[in-house]
This record gives sequence, C-alpha cells and structure tokens, in this order.
Amino acid sequence: MQTFDLEEKGLRALHETLRSVGPDSNETAWEVVNAKGSHAIAVGLDAPLDVTVRGSTGYYCGGMNKQATIRVDGSAGPGTGENMMSGKIVIEGDASQYLGATAHGGLIVVKGNASSRCGISMKGVDIVVHGNVGHMAAFMGQSGNLVVLGDAGDALGDSCYEARFFVRGKVKSLGADCEQKEMRPEHIEFLKAILAEAECDASPEEFTRYGSARKLYNFDIDNASAY
Amino acid sequence: MANSKIPRTTPRQSATFSLDVNSDIRRAAATGIYDIRGGGAKRRVPNFDDLLFMGASISRYPLEGYREKCDTDVTIGGLNAKNPIKLDIPITIAGMSFGALSGPAKEALGRGASAAGTSTTTGDGGMTAEERSHSDKLVYQYLPSRYGMNPDDLRKADAIEIVVGQGAKPGGGGMLLGQKISDRVAEMRNLPKGIDQRSACRHPDWTGPDDLEIKILELREITGWKVPIYVKVAGARPYYDTTLAIKAGADAIVLDGMQGGTAATQDVFIEHVGQPTLAIIRPAVQALQDLGMHRKVQLILSGGIRSGADVAKAIALGADAVSIGTAAMIAIGDNDPKWEEEYQKLGTTAGAYDDWHEGQDPAGITTQDPDLMARFDPIEGGRRLRNYLKVMTLEAQTIARACGKSHLHNLEPEDLVALTMEAAAMARVPLSGTDWWPGMPGSNF
Amino acid sequence: MCGIVGLFLKDKSLEPRLGELLTDMLITMTDRGPDSAGIAVYGNDNEGRAKLTVQSSAPDADFSDLDRDLGKALDASVSIRVKDTHAVLDLPEDKLPQVRAVLRELRPDLRIMSAGETIEIYKEVGLPEDVAKRFDISALTGTHGIGHTRMATESAVTTLGAHPFSTGADQCLVHNGSLSNHNSLRRELARHGVEVETLNDTEVAAAYLTWKMQTGSTLGEALESGLDDLDGFYTFVVGTKDGFGVVRDPIACKPAVMAETDQYVAFGSEYRALVGLPGIEDARVWEPEPATVYFWKH
Repeated sequence: MQTFDLEEKGLRALHETLRSVGPDSNETAWEVVNAKGSHAIAVGLDAPLDVTVRGSTGYYCGGMNKQATIRVDGSAGPGTGENMMSGKIVIEGDASQYLGATAHGGLIVVKGNASSRCGISMKGVDIVVHGNVGHMAAFMGQSGNLVVLGDAGDALGDSCYEARFFVRGKVKSLGADCEQKEMRPEHIEFLKAILAEAECDASPEEFTRYGSARKLYNFDIDNASAY
Repeated sequence: MANSKIPRTTPRQSATFSLDVNSDIRRAAATGIYDIRGGGAKRRVPNFDDLLFMGASISRYPLEGYREKCDTDVTIGGLNAKNPIKLDIPITIAGMSFGALSGPAKEALGRGASAAGTSTTTGDGGMTAEERSHSDKLVYQYLPSRYGMNPDDLRKADAIEIVVGQGAKPGGGGMLLGQKISDRVAEMRNLPKGIDQRSACRHPDWTGPDDLEIKILELREITGWKVPIYVKVAGARPYYDTTLAIKAGADAIVLDGMQGGTAATQDVFIEHVGQPTLAIIRPAVQALQDLGMHRKVQLILSGGIRSGADVAKAIALGADAVSIGTAAMIAIGDNDPKWEEEYQKLGTTAGAYDDWHEGQDPAGITTQDPDLMARFDPIEGGRRLRNYLKVMTLEAQTIARACGKSHLHNLEPEDLVALTMEAAAMARVPLSGTDWWPGMPGSNF
Repeated sequence: MCGIVGLFLKDKSLEPRLGELLTDMLITMTDRGPDSAGIAVYGNDNEGRAKLTVQSSAPDADFSDLDRDLGKALDASVSIRVKDTHAVLDLPEDKLPQVRAVLRELRPDLRIMSAGETIEIYKEVGLPEDVAKRFDISALTGTHGIGHTRMATESAVTTLGAHPFSTGADQCLVHNGSLSNHNSLRRELARHGVEVETLNDTEVAAAYLTWKMQTGSTLGEALESGLDDLDGFYTFVVGTKDGFGVVRDPIACKPAVMAETDQYVAFGSEYRALVGLPGIEDARVWEPEPATVYFWKH
C-alpha cells in the first residue's frame, strides 16, 4: 500500500502520481491521507487502481472514474462519482447531493445516507444506498439502477426514462411520470446479486420497484399539468 | 342595401394582430402546444448594421492592401492551459450538435474550418469520431444534458466549453416537446427511440459560480491542465456573468446574443428572452477591463455574425474573436433557393425554413434521413465554408487597413460611429456627425 | 456566490477560542468568496450596556473623540474600542433607540454595522485572510458567531455589500445563493416603512426577517414565511442574541454542511471548513433538509 499525503504534495501531484502507475505495476493500492475535505480527489483515473481516501472528501471525488476502485473512509461531498464510466466507489459515511450524477457505468455504494438528486441524469450506473436518499432522486435518470435500503424523499424518479429504482423503505412521493412497477423474477435475481456485491443486509423480496410510466414520452395536451 | 357609390376604406392589417401573430394564435388553438423552431431571433433588433467605421482621412493613414500587413491571428486560453488554441483567423465555428446536423454536415464544417486555420465545436450529443478526425482544432462542449460525455473524448479535445446557456434560450431547457429523437441519435444519447426530447436547464452537479469554480478545477485535473476551459453564456447579464466566469476560473468567455441560433426551442423563448449581440459586448468588455483581464481572458462573441464587417466591429468593440453558427450553415447550403420547390412542399420558402427538428431538410444538413443526407457533399461543403471564412477575413482586413491597423486587434471603439440612438447607447460610440452618445459619462442623458 | 461559516458553542470553555476557530473556517472558504468577508460575533454581555459597531472610510477623523462627543450628546458614559476601519462603541442599553439619530448628526459619514447587547460585526472588501487580520478576529471571544466570504453576483463589491447584514438589534443574516424577487420585495418593504441601504438581495432578506419579527413573528416563524415570500436559491444562516438558525430553500442546490458535538454546533458551506474543529472526527455530520428551519439557542 502506497501512501500519498495530499496536504503535503497537493492535488496535481496526486493525479500525476496515480496516472503514472503503469499497467504492469504492482503498486496499485494507494491511500490518500490528510484529505481534509479537498475537492476533485482521484478524478479521471483510468486503470484498475485501488485508492482509499482516509477522511472525508469535498466535491467530485472519483469524477469520470474508469476501472478504479475508490473508497472514501469518511463522508463524500457533492457530485461524487459524477460521470463515472466503470469501476467502483464505496463511501463509508454519507454522500452529499448529486451522487453519481450522469454516470454511465460501474457501481457506487454508500453505507450511510445519500442526499438530494442522488443519481441525477444517471446513464447506466448502479447506485446502492444503505441508508436514505433525499428529494429528486434520479431526476431525468436514463438508465441504470438505484437501490435504496432506507427511505426516499420527495419526487423519486421525476421525469425518468428507463432507469430502475428499488426502494425497501418508504417513498415520500413519486416524481412526474414515475410509478410503482411489478417485481418479476429477473428483478429479484438482479437485486440478489447487487445487494451481495454492495454488502447489504437485505433480501430482494423486501423491495418495491419503481420506474417510468412513459406517459411523458410523447406530448399529450392532457398531461400538460405534469409539466 | 349595398350602395356601390359609397367608397370603402382600404383594408388594413393591424400591427399588433398581424398576419404572423394571427397564424401563431391559430396554431396554438389547434394544437395546444407551443411552437418549436430552430434558428435565432428573426425580428429586427439593433445590430452591427447600425455601426459604421470612419476609415482613413487626413488625420489617419491607411495601409496598402496585400503589401502592408494586417494580421488576423489570435490565441485563445493562454491564461492557465499548457496548450492554448492558436487560430489563424478570429472566426470560429460555434457549437452545433451531431444529431441536429448530419454527419456529413459536421464533416464539412470540420474540413472548412481546418482549411481556414480555425476551430469547430461539438454540440449537445457529444463528440463523433468523424468530427474529431476532420477538425484540426475541436472544442468539446460540456452541457447540462451531458449526453455522450466521457473522459476519453474530453482528453481528445483541444479545449472544453462549459455551456451555461446560449443566446437563443438563456435559462432554457425544459421539456422540449414534439422533437423526435432519431434512432442513431437515441443510441448516442442513451435515450429511448422515438420519444420527445427533454433538456435540463441547469447542470446536474453544480449551481452558481462558487460551484463552477470547483467544477473547472475538476475538469483541469482530469485533463492535466493541458487545455483551455471556455465558459459559454447567453447575453443575459453580461457584466456580472463575465465577472463571475472570470472569478470561477474561465480561460475564455463565449458570449451569445439573441440572434444566435439553436437547433430547436420554443419560438417564444428565442424572440423574447436574451439581448441583442450588439448590446452585450461593451458590458462584458467592461467587466474584463475592471478585473484587468481584457486580452488575458479572451472574449468570443456570437449571435448573428454575417460578414467581415461584423467581425471587425465585434473586435473593435473589444472581442478577441467571433463564432458563427447560422452563417456557417448557410455557407454550406442551408436554406438555399435551389431547393425552393421542396421548401414550398413543406409549407415554407428558402430563407424562412426553420423546422429543422422535423428532420426533413431538403439541403440534407439538419436531418438524419439517408436520402436527404445523400444530397449534401461534405467535401464541396467544406470548400464553401473555407471560401466564406476567407472572404470574411479579407473583408475584416480591408476595413482594418482602411483604419490604419496592422492587426485586427488594434481596431478600437473610437474607429466607429453609430446611425441610431440605440446602437450608439449600446456600443457606447458617438452618433455619426456628433461626439455624443446616450449615457456618455459627463452627459446629462 | 459565497461561503458561509457558523459556530454556536455549547461548551463555555471554548468561548475564548471562538474568534480563532471562526477565522480558520472563514479563510478555508476563500475560494468561494474572494471579494470581501465579514463576521458577526456575539460576546461580552454586560448588564445594562449595549454595543454599536461602526465603520468609517476616514477612521482617524471620525473616531477621534467620538466617545467623548457621543457621551456628551447622550449624557451617558460611552467608551470606544477602535479596530482599523471599525470601532465598537459601548453605551447604556437604554440609549440605543436614540443613538442612530445622534450619530447621524455627529458623524454623518459613519456607517452602522450592528447594534445590540452582544453583537459585533466587522466586514470589509478584501481577501478573508486580510479582513480577519485587520480586525484581529482571532482574538475575539463569545458564545456564537457567523462568518461569510463573498463572491458578488449582481451587486457591487463594497464594504456595505458584504455580509453579514444586520437590520435589527442583535440580528444578522448571511446568504449563499441568488434571490430572484428581491427588487419587488424591497419596494414592498419600503411601503411598510422598512428601508434598506444597498441594492443587495441579501439585505432585502435580512430586512424582511427583521420586519416579520417586529410585527410579531418569532425568528422561526419569520423563516417559515420566508420560504413562501422569498424566491430564488438560498442557504441562510441567521444570528440572534441567543443563537443561530439555518434554512435552505426547497430546491436546496446551494450547499450546507453541519457538524454537532457536545461542545458545539457548526455550519459550513463545504465540509472543508469544518475539518479544523476540535473533535470533528467524531462529530455528527449532516446536511440540513430543504425548506426546514433549524435553530439552536442558549
């Protein structure tokens, strides 16, 4: 395990160092110390590294991540994992708003709660939140899966396309064009696998599925009040 | 009983309830949905036509054309980036999406721009391989939708343009109904096929200049501080917007007036929100000067730029470069009268055709239909664009030389006069024949 | 836009460190607000006495003999503590209602930053670090305080444009965000006799809350009705003699992070601002919910 002192060496050096780890290197495990809530930690990585941030992060940790596993041993600020393409992000504490915003792939796991706009504009990422999510979760979510073991706030899945939502707890309210869906065997299978990967203490049968009612896909004057 | 001897008044149309307005009302009554179209503001607003250059005289001497140099180069984004963009001419091609335009149209823009030594810009939908290969210098737009956004393309770009807004729709987005998504576009954008497209009006993961600063930091770190970061904004509050963009860390500002085009949005947005391009330059330049950043952070102006005269006037008022969208499309063949018969079939006429979102463009430019696209030759299109860019450059040089300038950037507001009160007030240059403009410091008006 | 910091001490033993802790938090928020900075500190409650913080662009002229002149005009004992362009006037509490009019006569160019039993407000143009140094904020002690770093959006970068804004005794407000109906509200408040000094949207919000409280609402009620009457994006942190309140607009895009331990409740626009606080590693850290009023008082 390599240690990088962010306070001492700075953000640019962190990324230069992480990006210089060659494909044949065995120095793939890194810990970043003295993070102190800094922004843009471990962004734009494109290698199967394992980076652990000791402490809480500011905005955009793991932004545009590819292949890497990034662990935040603390809480994570706004926009964590934004536009992630692949790889994994695990947050031990809570996540602030815009978690996994517009991300295309990979898996984000939050052991605590995620705030508002979790998974906004999601484009294929899977997000698993052990706790609750705030309002406007997965707003305009296009594809991917949001799994919430706790409760969801107002306007879950507002204006969503084909993203799927699985909530075990209560949903305060559903967003425009989001409705409850039936759970079928393929959903149970999917949940079983992802809950295991996200180290969740829950079983698929406890969840309710939600998704797009598809009524706003083509304009109809009678739906105008939904806008 | 009718008496044919009583003279009738001539029928007169109302200026308020004109034929255009009445047809809008009827359309709304029939459909229950707002009208969507492409392009920029069509109504007349104060613009560069209302300004004139004074030229040479006994007190000022001109330069000989061709022999005595008048340089046109400009470098964008030198403030923070390792690799700023060096342009041969101060005219760039504005962001237009693949999806709004066909692949061959994007190719033509790339070919023409590269031949002229300037850049093109991607649009909402991401970067295509053809676009990257045909453009020597490609600016990659970073939009609220983030369709197709990914770090690999980000790193292939020569610059990044964070789009906060555009002149046609400042603050726009919303549910853009009635615009069908074609299959290829649906795939690229990861959307279901055949549905109405929706656009977010704010970025998904930041709001406000304090957050923008952090977003710019993130993008710099992802691209190793190599490329310039532009911020594009509509001309809503140009003084404040320019100030805030600079404070957030922008390397260049792209400012878009209401004549700037869009692929499609609500007509009411285009015509009634935003400000004329002429009106937004001086406040933006003032902001740059107040912060000591004029010429250090570049200002690129767009929205209805049409000729070398417009280029010269924009630069004289303080811009570093201009960007063209609609003009580039017309140069490569959009709204060409040779398709008049087809325009008539669509219920329109050459020059007025703006329902690009319906994908039936006879010129094969704003469509994905393979038969229509086949009418458009990207190599010929590229040649036409290069010609047009060359002409604009020569025109600007002609004017600049006549004003005694050996570089376009030495044009200044004092080279200009205005024909109308509005233009004088907006451009802050005197009315022709006077030494006064409305709002001039020290004046009572 | 801006950065906000706030600290409400539960543990009296931390009171001597209030200024020092707030200064550190403030400087960390410099990126969010490089234009100007301000801080409100509540401390030193002397029975029967009140304080006025004043500012002058000609401090030597305005502050010399001000204590004597004011004391004479009020027929009371007044003392003055000068700090750079600001000064704190200490006077009897019962003289507070008259003092503004008197000061306007004595020193017409003086600006009143705050008035009340325990509040002191210091704000100036410049980097937060410089502003803090000028007023020796780290030496201040007290029970609670709020700080703000400003990146001006639509109004000028001036001393008066900096936050906190104080529109009532021992009250102050800081804001991160941008209101969209403040011009109409300003005119509405003027019709009710409430005037503001700047074109700043935050000052309108401060005046609105003060007006609400003057006309019978509690601070909590005023913040609740603010959710209906104030349009735009905002995170507000409000200070009063007893404590401080936090509220975010219903859309809640502007950031807000809170931390609580047995010793304090802290607020920061970013978690970064809180990392230097004692015991932060074990603090309960959370984000305030949208459209919800939070309040802590002694």
